[in-house]
Amino acid sequence: MEKMVNVYFFGKKYSVPASLTIMTAMEYAGYTLKRGCGCRHGFCGACATIYRIKGQNELKTCLACSTQVEEGMYIASIPFFPTDKRVYEIKDLKPNQQVMMELYPEIYSCIGCNACTKACTQSLNVMQYIAYAQRGEFEKCAEESFDCVSCGCCSVRCPAGISHPMVGLLARRLNGKYIAPEAEHLTKRVEEINNGEFDSMIEQIMQKPITEMKELYNTREIEK
Amino acid sequence: MYAPYPENMMESIKKVEASRAARMATEPRRLTAEEKDALLNEFHPDRKPDAFAEIKIGPNKGQKAPLELAKMLHSTSRILNEKIDLSKVDYDVDVLVIGGGGAGSSCAIEAHNAGANVMIVTKLRIGDANTMMAEGGIQAADKENDSPVQHYLDCFGGGHFDAKPELVKRLVMEAPDAIKWLNELGVEFDKTDDGRMVTTHGGGTSRKRMHAAKDYSGAEIMRTIRDEVINLGIPVVEFTSAVELIKDDKGQVAGAVLLNMETGDYSVAKAKTVVIATGGAGRMHYQGFPTSNHYGATADGLVLGYRAGAALRNQDSIQYHPTGAIYPSQILGALVTEKVRSVGAQLVNANGEAYIHPLETRDVNASGVIRECKEGRGVEVPGGAQGVWLDTPMIEILGGEGTIEKRIPAMFRMYMNYGIDMRKVPIVIYPTLHYQNGGLEIDGDGFTSIPNLLVAGEAAGGIHGTNRLMGNSLLDVIVFGRNAGKQASKKYKEVELGNMNLDHVQSYDAELKAASLETGEVSPLLLPKYARHER
Ligand SMILES: Cc1cc2nc3c(=O)[nH]c(=O)nc-3n(C[C@H](O)[C@H](O)[C@H](O)COP(=O)(O)OP(=O)(O)OC[C@H]3O[C@@H](n4cnc5c(N)ncnc54)[C@H](O)[C@@H]3O)c2cc1C
Ligand code: SF4
Ligand code: SF4
Ligand code: FES
Repeated sequence: MEKMVNVYFFGKKYSVPASLTIMTAMEYAGYTLKRGCGCRHGFCGACATIYRIKGQNELKTCLACSTQVEEGMYIASIPFFPTDKRVYEIKDLKPNQQVMMELYPEIYSCIGCNACTKACTQSLNVMQYIAYAQRGEFEKCAEESFDCVSCGCCSVRCPAGISHPMVGLLARRLNGKYIAPEAEHLTKRVEEINNGEFDSMIEQIMQKPITEMKELYNTREIEK
Repeated sequence: MYAPYPENMMESIKKVEASRAARMATEPRRLTAEEKDALLNEFHPDRKPDAFAEIKIGPNKGQKAPLELAKMLHSTSRILNEKIDLSKVDYDVDVLVIGGGGAGSSCAIEAHNAGANVMIVTKLRIGDANTMMAEGGIQAADKENDSPVQHYLDCFGGGHFDAKPELVKRLVMEAPDAIKWLNELGVEFDKTDDGRMVTTHGGGTSRKRMHAAKDYSGAEIMRTIRDEVINLGIPVVEFTSAVELIKDDKGQVAGAVLLNMETGDYSVAKAKTVVIATGGAGRMHYQGFPTSNHYGATADGLVLGYRAGAALRNQDSIQYHPTGAIYPSQILGALVTEKVRSVGAQLVNANGEAYIHPLETRDVNASGVIRECKEGRGVEVPGGAQGVWLDTPMIEILGGEGTIEKRIPAMFRMYMNYGIDMRKVPIVIYPTLHYQNGGLEIDGDGFTSIPNLLVAGEAAGGIHGTNRLMGNSLLDVIVFGRNAGKQASKKYKEVELGNMNLDHVQSYDAELKAASLETGEVSPLLLPKYARHER
């Protein structure tokens, strides 16, 4: 017999196999998910969930698709959270401290409680990346927030009402566009293509009979 | 000793460890063309005749499709018996984009920038899509020793010479510009300090042209272009699926019937041009395989396009990614990115043998894993299934301590969630249903045979022939997504719509009846049926 555990979805008790994730346990219990389910493999942040193990004080946050059920879990999904994304034209921004002050001024009201970091489903140092954003250190903010899946669990817990994933996203876009050095070989190749430098070669290879293509393919040199 | 696996697996790991030094000293031999063919013929799931059925009606009548897809094509429209009042138009746009993944979003951005009134409808949230999950990277021939012509050769040959040349040409020629476009939107590609892109090999590449953003390449691309869609103010109607196309009395596409996934209400979108960007089909679980795909990957676009008269191409060619997780059960089917092999891990059987080169094309490597398991050289995991080892500790030995956390953090996290430290022990894998190589047929400009209907992304067929290379799909999504946006916003200006109707739905049904097809199901599927009901 499979080992079973008791869990409570929105307060209602279900007995489910202990090997399941919260997401598959909900399906086992009969739910057809519409909200709160996207990639099912920990990448999209659709399945933000809050739970408490009966008898324990701590409220925990997690991704339902990537968390195994435990005995006595009281589970509520967070199908939507009103994070506040500000709208901007990325091409008009400059990567300086001013940007954050204008777009996300609330980050300066952070009280340093660290609740965001504790809530992070990706174990990121969220409070730290907010601190980098405050100081206009976008490269560091980008690096620290890189694995963020925008589940919003940090924002749910923040007393200052900060929309952390949106702050990280802005920092990464600024870093990717303005701060990381340009890839010159890329710019050059785009120019070469626009100048038609590969046109005749590509037309030639497109015309080749399959037998010749096979020969070319099977004998092509492979970079070490 | 650190032992996160049951005893039989730990025993096998001893053999993997014992052979590691010798394996690292030599690179496994590449197979010859004949050896590959033999391996594919015997072991590739696509070569299993009883997993396919003949399509009985429509443009591809007489051809094969996976059983589960054929069933959807042979099923009844969801709206056959619904009264849909087409005179009540809820949305009226120049360009209707169906699907908010990478292809749909990049299409919408370009259409908007070209001045079109564009709208996205999408089944779940924008970005709940296969694009978000892509780990490994995106190809583009932008290094000095590489060229679009070399990329063409790899793509066309890797796809078994079955692709459409004009599509491959667009893919490779517009690749560097796609990377540049993304980079200028703020996508953070892995670069060295002087700005050079860090590029690696993928299965079947002859040059190192895989660009990545750690192993969150798709997520980094998707979240950036999603942000741009929102910044541009493009309307996105979420939790809304297209369930049928609408045509007009001139035979042109004229919009789509939409279904609110939450309330069950229908609505009508009228559009001068329609772009199908609904992605793949992993959640159809062909041949019972687990899948790496997102929840909404159910081939909807193929079904509604086909019913409106658009032809499919290579619909019988499916990509099984060689390295899906087979243990622990919580991550069954989840992708273990090819990048794990790009950065050094070998495929090793239960006896500790590196039985194949880890970077053969995906179909070849998938067939190899299946062969090892069928012939008794697989590792048995709890529950009785088998897989082979992916020797991840090699990565740290080759690249130095910390390489795994730096280059493949998502993989590291996924396994650590269940107490498996891939720096110390190998992980066990088996092929997972990953990608739909074929799809709705398009011409070089992205159009189908139905006037004003375009397709972009994984829903399109012909770009990758019968096997897609790693990194060419994210690329295809951006190249053909952008292209569809540009083409549609040129096209709509000349479109005069006639009277809208759903006659094709009726006539398709008449054909089904004439062929005595009755599956008892409706299509498109929209969501897989995972809920367990006790009665
Ligand atoms: C785990 C994983 C890893 C991958 N890694 C790589 C990689 O490293 N490199 C690479 O090049 N490729 C990779 N791929 C493949 C690549 O990511 C996808 O093929 C590609 O992103 C598909 O993009 P798309 O826009 O066509 O579809 P998607 O991104 O799947 O978007 C389709 C959208 O359409 C919506 N939709 C579906 N049906 C309907 C409907 N009826 N009405 C409205 N909306 C609908 C879906 O909900 C979804 O939002 C990977 C795929 C997966 C699953
Ligand atoms: S930082 Fe990102 S991943 Fe972590 S809790 Fe916040 S939104 Fe989720
Ligand atoms: S939860 Fe909010 S207030 Fe507390 S540390 Fe994090 S950002 Fe600051
Ligand atoms: S469903 Fe995407 S993170 Fe859980």
